[in-house]
Amino acid sequence: MSSRPVYETPSLQRHRSGTMNKMGGIPALRPVSHIEGVDVEELVEKYSSPLFVYSERSIVDRYVQLRDQLERRWPKVQLAWSYKTCYLDAICRIYHREGSWAEAVSDMEVEKALRNGVPMDHIIFNGPHKTDPSLLAALRGGAKVNLDNFDEMARVEKLSEGAGLEASVGLRLNLAAGSIPRWDRFGFNLDSGQAWDAVRRMLGAGKLRLAGLHCHLGTFILDTAVYGEATKKIVAFANRLKKELGIVLEYIDLGGGFASKARLKSSYLPPEEITPSASQYAEAIGDALSELDYSPDQLPMLFLETGRGLIDEAGTLIATVLANKRLADGRRAVVLDAGVNLLYTSTWYRHDVVPTAPTSGAPEPTILFGPLCMNIDVVGENLMLPPLEVGSRVLIRPVGAYNVTQSMQFIHLRPAVVLVGQNGQVGVIRRAETLEDLTIGEQVPEWIGR
Amino acid sequence: MREQLQHLAISPSGFVFDPMTGATFTANRSAMVLLEGIRDGKSLEELTNTLEKGFEQRGADLRRDVLEFVRSLQDEGMLPREFELE
Repeated sequence: MSSRPVYETPSLQRHRSGTMNKMGGIPALRPVSHIEGVDVEELVEKYSSPLFVYSERSIVDRYVQLRDQLERRWPKVQLAWSYKTCYLDAICRIYHREGSWAEAVSDMEVEKALRNGVPMDHIIFNGPHKTDPSLLAALRGGAKVNLDNFDEMARVEKLSEGAGLEASVGLRLNLAAGSIPRWDRFGFNLDSGQAWDAVRRMLGAGKLRLAGLHCHLGTFILDTAVYGEATKKIVAFANRLKKELGIVLEYIDLGGGFASKARLKSSYLPPEEITPSASQYAEAIGDALSELDYSPDQLPMLFLETGRGLIDEAGTLIATVLANKRLADGRRAVVLDAGVNLLYTSTWYRHDVVPTAPTSGAPEPTILFGPLCMNIDVVGENLMLPPLEVGSRVLIRPVGAYNVTQSMQFIHLRPAVVLVGQNGQVGVIRRAETLEDLTIGEQVPEWIGR
Repeated sequence: MREQLQHLAISPSGFVFDPMTGATFTANRSAMVLLEGIRDGKSLEELTNTLEKGFEQRGADLRRDVLEFVRSLQDEGMLPREFELE
């Protein structure tokens, strides 16, 4: 009998016991040295660290995918880029080039949209604070102005009457749908009858025309059934408006709130498993809209203003390791040159943090601190990371939504933002700030002296 | 091309640790022979011969097994996609 072992087909089985746990799984730690084909080290050499990097390809791909999915289910669809999500001109202009309107929630955002070449009648103007001059300009220019409350309605009536305008407006609605928190601080409540009262109040005054209904349910909504339920309620309201008051709406605006593939701190399951696709969101909305009792030639335009779901994964933050520490309780800590001053979303995201070069040594739970001399500056906790040498880089992602617009000039100036084009070209879309940028508006009164 | 494999810790019991990712694996005997052989730069023919001499086997397509094992290492990111045995 032979002493040789019996042959078995070669087998290498990865241990997956830790894949699903309350921390949401093991993040990939394979080094990522390039972003859209561009070497991270070359980017840092040229533009310094930290550095925000956006991918034009990712922006366009997701936009086209969502638009196409919606158009398969509703014949009249218009996306409007949510300026607050990222209002750098270059980013906005990519969306406008692809056909997107602008959704603005302040005078400044309206001005920025106009400066980006968006005509006023392609701007959706939302939010609880719209000044008289901007409201008047928006009404004159045919913007879609969605009213937030009765006081604003009265103000718009007065403004349009004073200017001799026959203005059209939309009403923002809030409503209960699914188990998500109800955002009833915005708009008129549908469930209580307040929205119905608002329409009757508006018609009674006879100064404004109702053109549309608007609703923004919340943020990072992972359950598409919530959109279905909310849309059905809005559709039922629209059917009642038509039947009882003869109002035929020009548009229904379902706001935003689509989730990205970010990993939430509160989430048990990994984002790949729980984040709905564009198709799933579109299906929930399209099915509910089909209950609208309108003839084919009357169908209203469907507006959507989703921001995070479109751009989050297009953004990466490159950061550099400043120091390694061992805390008193034994935990390993790493200090980065990017902190909560740049990563507003780190309060509720558990970002992926990926080395850019091969490392050696066993990963262990690591806490990541930013560069601020503030105890709150924690970018991530209990991340399984290998030893990271001082000077090495990490990629933090996804960071495309809100982090640039909400980043602060706090203790450190804000870094550059670059865009990698669809052909691999790299362009600065906001240069790194200088002390002059920070102090440009400052003045020292005479009595303080030099 | 084989740098990733150089870092692997392979214990005689078949426990494999990848220090670059923290991932761990269980390898059977033939897989351990192949991991070490690929790491040492052996050719497809040499690997096939090593399996043939080292194991009691009948009718196995050793050449196909070696190539499929290389593909599984590529899937795990331990070998680059462009890697090919000589």
